[in-house]
Parts: sequence; structure tokens; C-alpha cells
Amino acid sequence: MIDLFKLLLGKKESSKDVAKERLKLVLIHDRSNVSPQFLEMVKSEIIKVIQNYMEIDEDSLDIQLTRTSSEDGERVVPALVANIPIKGMKNAGR
Amino acid sequence: MGEVIVITSGKGGVGKTTTTANIGTGLAVSGKKVVLVDTDIGLRNLDVVMGLENRIVYDLVDVVEKTCRLKQALIKDKRYDGLYLLPAAQTRDKNSVKPEQMIELCDELRQEFDYIIIDCPAGIEQGFKNAIAGADRAIVVTTPEVSAVRDADRIIGLLESQEIRNPRLIVNRVRADMVKRGDMMSIEDIVDILAIGLIGVVPDDEQIIISTNKGEPAVTDNKSMAGQAYRNITKRIMGEDVPLMDLNTSDGFLSKMKRLFGIKPA
Repeated sequence: MIDLFKLLLGKKESSKDVAKERLKLVLIHDRSNVSPQFLEMVKSEIIKVIQNYMEIDEDSLDIQLTRTSSEDGERVVPALVANIPIKGMKNAGR
Repeated sequence: MGEVIVITSGKGGVGKTTTTANIGTGLAVSGKKVVLVDTDIGLRNLDVVMGLENRIVYDLVDVVEKTCRLKQALIKDKRYDGLYLLPAAQTRDKNSVKPEQMIELCDELRQEFDYIIIDCPAGIEQGFKNAIAGADRAIVVTTPEVSAVRDADRIIGLLESQEIRNPRLIVNRVRADMVKRGDMMSIEDIVDILAIGLIGVVPDDEQIIISTNKGEPAVTDNKSMAGQAYRNITKRIMGEDVPLMDLNTSDGFLSKMKRLFGIKPA
């Protein structure tokens, strides 16, 4: 709701949102303990496989190494989160 | 058997030493037998924050090197029953102590004390490794700044790899007015990013500087907001369920009056 108001009033993003966004990005690399090249390799392999079956938006594809609470809530576990926008399905594979 | 709790942060200057002093004093005031251990060798400060700097004879390095007995190095705080300090050495460096020696020391202290609170140095090198070696629990201190949260995240990862499970978070120097206008990350933002449980929120409070000037921890000051926050944290460490305090008490006259008459601020 507040976000909607801000949108209507055309307000600028608050500095804490900028901080949060920057933190999230920097932590992806801190947490992964792997080189950006490694993530790029994973990314291109994933793209290759998915492209056999559907058309995806390669530019807005987003793969991140992050952390999440485990199911019992007792531990923190690493997670690979991928956001892959699909443009359409392919006929291949039929 | 006592419990060893390490107070750590990664980044310097976020309030580890102040937190150690206040939690330790708070626990002692609650009737527990407590020892504070300063592991910041070469840059000791817990002694001055506690106001015990003039009473140091022996230090942590003397104890692990067995130059003196443990009892000789412990400084008893005469103001609070059951509170002791084991100061760091000032003229040595962090490599003077090994993790195995810290484990041995912690085991010895566990026999005598209910709580052993360890003030960890900044950084992730030898000093950090020493400080966490004998710990059962960890409390991670951060402030609502990008740099401090980033370093806290790294520390949480390192604690996890050292098998110190379930670290708890203290967010220090929170300014409710800045959070309100969107210029400071909120507690929810920080907890969301770090994904660990919160044990306390400490407001930015001038009283902390005043109490550090005097060498008297703010936890015993009933008028200090930060003191109240530390009293709450102390209770949570002892297993009590205390709700988070409302940080918005520094508003104007009107909201104070409203609160006085039990009208919830909007």
C-alpha cells in the first residue's frame, strides 16, 4: 500500500531501499565463495538446457546464491535461486 | 557448568565491547556469577569501558603462558557482586594465544562461573579464531549500515563453519526517526538479510558515551534507553521471553502525553 502511494506521488526510492539492494547484491558474491566466472558457467549451462524446451528472456535471467532458513528453522542453509522469465514454449521435444 | 558466550561482529566500532560490558554487568546484577574475557590482545578496551583499568596486574597472556594462576589475573568488580574481568595483554599480539589454549581456559572458567562473556576483536584472523574457539553460543553485533551488515554476514558464515550453531543478532545504534523516514534499514530488513534470530535491538543513545566516559555500564542506568535494551537482552540470555521495546519514545511532547494516557500513537 505504501509502495503504491509512493508510486502515485512519484517519490524517489528511499536511501534504505538503496542500501538493502546494494547489500543483497554484494552478499551474493560474499556468500558464494565461488568466482563470478563459476556462476556465469552455471548460468550458461542452465540456459542451454532450458532453451531446448522454451524461449527465455536471457537478459533478465537472474541466478543468485543466497541463504535461507532450513525447514526446521534451526539452521541457515545456502540456496540457489533462479528467476528465469519465459517468453514462450518451443515445439521441440514433442 | 557455565556457558561461554562470544560477542563478535567482524567490523570494528559497532559496539562489541560496550555490549560485552553491559551484558556482563546485567547478568551479574541479576545474581549470576560472570567473568568478562577481553581477547582483543594489543588493543584492549574492555578494562576502560568497565572502569577497571587501574587494577590490572596480570592478563590473559600471563594466564595461558602460566606466568600466574588464573585467580591472580581475575579482577573483581567491587561495585557488582559476582562480576570479574580477565583483561587482554596490551604489549603482545594476537598470535600469543592459540585456540587450544582458549578452549582450555574456557573449560576452567566454566567450573567457576555461570556465564563467561568473551569480547572478540574485530576482523576474522587469529584473534577471532581464538575468541570463538571455546564458545558455546555467539552473539553477533551489527549496526544498520551496509558495511556492518555485510561483515556480520561473513561472521555468521564463519561461525556456522566452526559449528557454533544458532548465533543471535543484536542490532545496535538504531535511530527510530531515521528508520521512520526510510533513511535507515529497519530491524526487519536486517533480520531478513542475515536470516538469524534476533536477541535485541539497542537504540542510539547519548547515555552510552556518557557511561563509557565514566566507566560505568549503562545497563545499571534506569533512565537510559540503551540501558533498558541491555537489561532486556540480559533477560533473554537467561531464557526469559521479553518483548522488543518500543523505540519511538523520543518523539515530541504530544505523543508522550498520548502514551501517558494510553492512546496508541498512529
